[in-house]
Amino acid sequence: MLTIDRRSWLLRVPLGILVLVLVALCSEPAWAAPQEADPEYRALPFISSRVLMWAVAELHLMFAAFVLAVPIFALVIEYIGYKTGDRRYDQLAYDFTKLLSVSFSFTATLGALLTFGLIVFYPALTQYLVKIFSWTFLPYVLLFFLEAFFLYAYYYGWGKLPPRLHLFLGVMLNIVGTAIMFIANAWLTFMNTPNGIDEMGNLTNLWEAINNYIWMPINIHRIIANVAFGGAIGAAYGAFKFLGAKTLEARAHYDWMGYIGIFVAICALLPLPFAGYWLGVEIYAYDQSLGITLMGGTFSWLFIVQAVLIGNLFLAANYYLWLSMARIPGAERFRGFIKYLLGIITLCFIVWATPHSLVATVEEARAMGGSHHPILNVLGVMSAKNTAVNLLILTTYVSFLLYRRANKEATVSWAKTGNWIQFGIFAAVVIYVVFLGVYGYFVDAQTRIGLSQPQVMSVLFAMVSVTVIDIFLFKNAKSRGEIVWGKISARSQYALFFLAITFTWLMGLMGYVRAGMRQHWHVYGVVRDTSVDAFTPTLGYAGGVVSAIVIVFFLLIAIVFFLAGLAGRKDWEPKSGSRWSKAEASATVDS
Amino acid sequence: MNLFVLLAIAAAMVLVQFVVTRWVKLNLLAWMGIWWVALWAAFSYGINPPLPNSIIVLFMAIITIALVAYLSADNEELKQAQESIVRFMVTRQYRVALLIVMFLIPAAVAAWTFASMNEAPQPPSSGRTIHPPPPSSITFQGTSINLTTANNPIRELQHTDEAAFAEHVANGRRIYFENCFYCHGDNMEGAGMFAHGYDPLPANFNDATTIAMLQESYLFWRIAKGAPGLPSESTPWSSAMPAWEDFLTEEEIWEVIIFLYEFTGFEPRAQGMPH
Ligand code: HEC
Ligand code: HEM
Repeated sequence: MLTIDRRSWLLRVPLGILVLVLVALCSEPAWAAPQEADPEYRALPFISSRVLMWAVAELHLMFAAFVLAVPIFALVIEYIGYKTGDRRYDQLAYDFTKLLSVSFSFTATLGALLTFGLIVFYPALTQYLVKIFSWTFLPYVLLFFLEAFFLYAYYYGWGKLPPRLHLFLGVMLNIVGTAIMFIANAWLTFMNTPNGIDEMGNLTNLWEAINNYIWMPINIHRIIANVAFGGAIGAAYGAFKFLGAKTLEARAHYDWMGYIGIFVAICALLPLPFAGYWLGVEIYAYDQSLGITLMGGTFSWLFIVQAVLIGNLFLAANYYLWLSMARIPGAERFRGFIKYLLGIITLCFIVWATPHSLVATVEEARAMGGSHHPILNVLGVMSAKNTAVNLLILTTYVSFLLYRRANKEATVSWAKTGNWIQFGIFAAVVIYVVFLGVYGYFVDAQTRIGLSQPQVMSVLFAMVSVTVIDIFLFKNAKSRGEIVWGKISARSQYALFFLAITFTWLMGLMGYVRAGMRQHWHVYGVVRDTSVDAFTPTLGYAGGVVSAIVIVFFLLIAIVFFLAGLAGRKDWEPKSGSRWSKAEASATVDS
Repeated sequence: MNLFVLLAIAAAMVLVQFVVTRWVKLNLLAWMGIWWVALWAAFSYGINPPLPNSIIVLFMAIITIALVAYLSADNEELKQAQESIVRFMVTRQYRVALLIVMFLIPAAVAAWTFASMNEAPQPPSSGRTIHPPPPSSITFQGTSINLTTANNPIRELQHTDEAAFAEHVANGRRIYFENCFYCHGDNMEGAGMFAHGYDPLPANFNDATTIAMLQESYLFWRIAKGAPGLPSESTPWSSAMPAWEDFLTEEEIWEVIIFLYEFTGFEPRAQGMPH
């Protein structure tokens, strides 16, 4: 108990600071009458203030993403436990929730640091944003308090409150968390695609400023990406505990935890490309320069890195599923499929990662007859990429399907027909998706963008219809044996670490892209960056900073894992006969 | 595509699968090596014009990861592969072969170093930004043009006044063949008579990744300001594209843009999309 109570001060202090800061911000005199001499920027002695703010903002985002994501799936798992009456689910949901309280403190601390930093290092920009958004700060602070209340009530109330009330707390926690994110997203998306202001940058319509071009796309992309990220970190926790587990029972439990975590992450990963595509389209629609900076200009190289990371995510996710089959009797039957799945994944990965503009020497360019390669060019454009990612999604789904069936043998009379229908749906959808991809080369840009929709819909259709058939197909199926949780190689657990790190990296990278694409603007086209840091860093430098942030994040997460692990430890026992044992004996009563 | 090479590689693979395996049993490790070499050969020699080296490295990295994933996705296979390596290293019978391998690895590195030192020096390859973002507005012959909102005034005529439109297209054709075809070529494939002297090569408008995916206002900027007007953030830049604002009027530039699209059959990217 003691450890837990100690922990909550971690929260109170930063929370207090945050509130003070916000109150100071909102009260007029603090900002309303800046003197001529007020500096626009302040600098730090050893590190550039931009890099510091970059790191703090990104770390804040990462922890916030985690804190928002975990309650989403913890709640779902808890609900499953409540409905089925299976205590294991409840325990699992609680295991995920344990990671929350320390992470929440970190989030708040980093948020306070971020606010501080903005005020100290970027006073003019902060003033401007406060001027536009001051009305949104009040609900933000209120919601933040509610979030703290619901989060701690949800955590401490576990097993103590009636189940329905507890579930209700979980729902409220999610609603409040999402609302907080939506508000914060308004501020940051406004900096990219400002709206609701006049020529001079004065606010004309607050709602338009909030609901700017990319507000909703970012809200959606973030909710989904957060869940993927949170699932992956949760899975990494499972892997961490699995590798250190001393009993078979613990191994089994944490193997299962890792599996559920990554299941959540993959489910969220599947729709992400479409959310990202929508975001990209809106950025382009707002301003072609911004769109071109992103997709055709300097930043397009980061999208190659993004593509490689995402390809690796898909590959590692499938790899984990294949390794997982070791714990299911009967899975040997499907081993032969792996080659083909892998073949498709590799092919799609290659298409997905093929750059649009190439790095080539002059000689190579001469040989190609220009800066574009006639064959690679075919792979470098959106039609090919969308097709590839749709097929990646379908393949990953097939891996799941095989995993699901591994120990089952259908007993229904129409089993053969059912299998053929499923196969037919897959074949039809694959042909349709590829057809649309190829057709995309023969139509104009506007129609091509429209084609991505039927592609997505048909893939969704395939996944839903095949799943439905599968459920009926394997009703009352004969089992070849139970899943043996814990019977899995250590490699699979390292794959989980790999996934978590890759997600984090991706997040850091894309966070940089979102912020960096404004180039020499704080608020794009409105507030110009006149600091010494107005230049866009080189890709290598940016990559270095992002990687350093990822390392710091994992150091902090290691602390979270360690502290979360303490809760499950046995009470500290003094060695018998020591001074402590006597003192303890009389003191235990009141703790 | 270099069909001949690709067929030869495929034939070699078939040969290994059906003939060689009669004499030697190949384990998974050997198969991985064979696939790796076959794919490398296909990427390096099977495609015409050859792929840039950076792409081959990227593709082979992906293939390597995939092959390793395949090998280690199955506990049995992985164990067998590990055992066969250990056996190769410790069994007396393979001593000579082991020595040869130990010699071949550094020898291969030496040969590769020698070969790469013997090539003519080349400027390093660089990730050039072909389509840098345009400024939001430009000054054209004294007037300011907002590139985010500027539309080709001639576009409207396409449906309202076909005769006038055709006349503009004819003008565009004339302008193109008076000014542009030296570099961009008779068929707009970027291979005009001057083209071979330039680096970067003049843009190929038949390519789906140039004018087909750009807005007309973007083309206006690029034609009016040419290479000298390119933003500094997209260096290195040594494009020979002239700044046509000194030679053509605003209308002439819009006309030649129309002609580029009419000739290639592409549609420009539309401005702004529903929010
Ligand atoms: C001296 C040779 C030369 C001449 C003459 C020339 N261009 Fe270019 N043009 C180039 C080069 C070189 C590029 C840059 C290609 C690159 O960056 O990859 C270019 C690029 C362009 C682009 C940009 C394409 C893109 O994808 O960004 C357009 C549009 C263009 N030229 C139109 C014209 C028009 C219209 C004319 C005639 C009025 C013309 N050019 C005359 C050499 C020339
Ligand atoms: C398979 C596809 C994709 C995956 C797995 C993916 C994943 C992610 C992740 C994990 C984040 C971090 C989320 C967060 O900060 O909360 C992110 C952010 C982002 N993504 Fe994607 N994404 C994908 C596709 C795309 C595409 C196609 C675009 C095109 C523009 C895109 C643009 C962005 C941007 C701009 C951000 C930064 C948002 C922010 O931090 O506010 N993404 N993505």
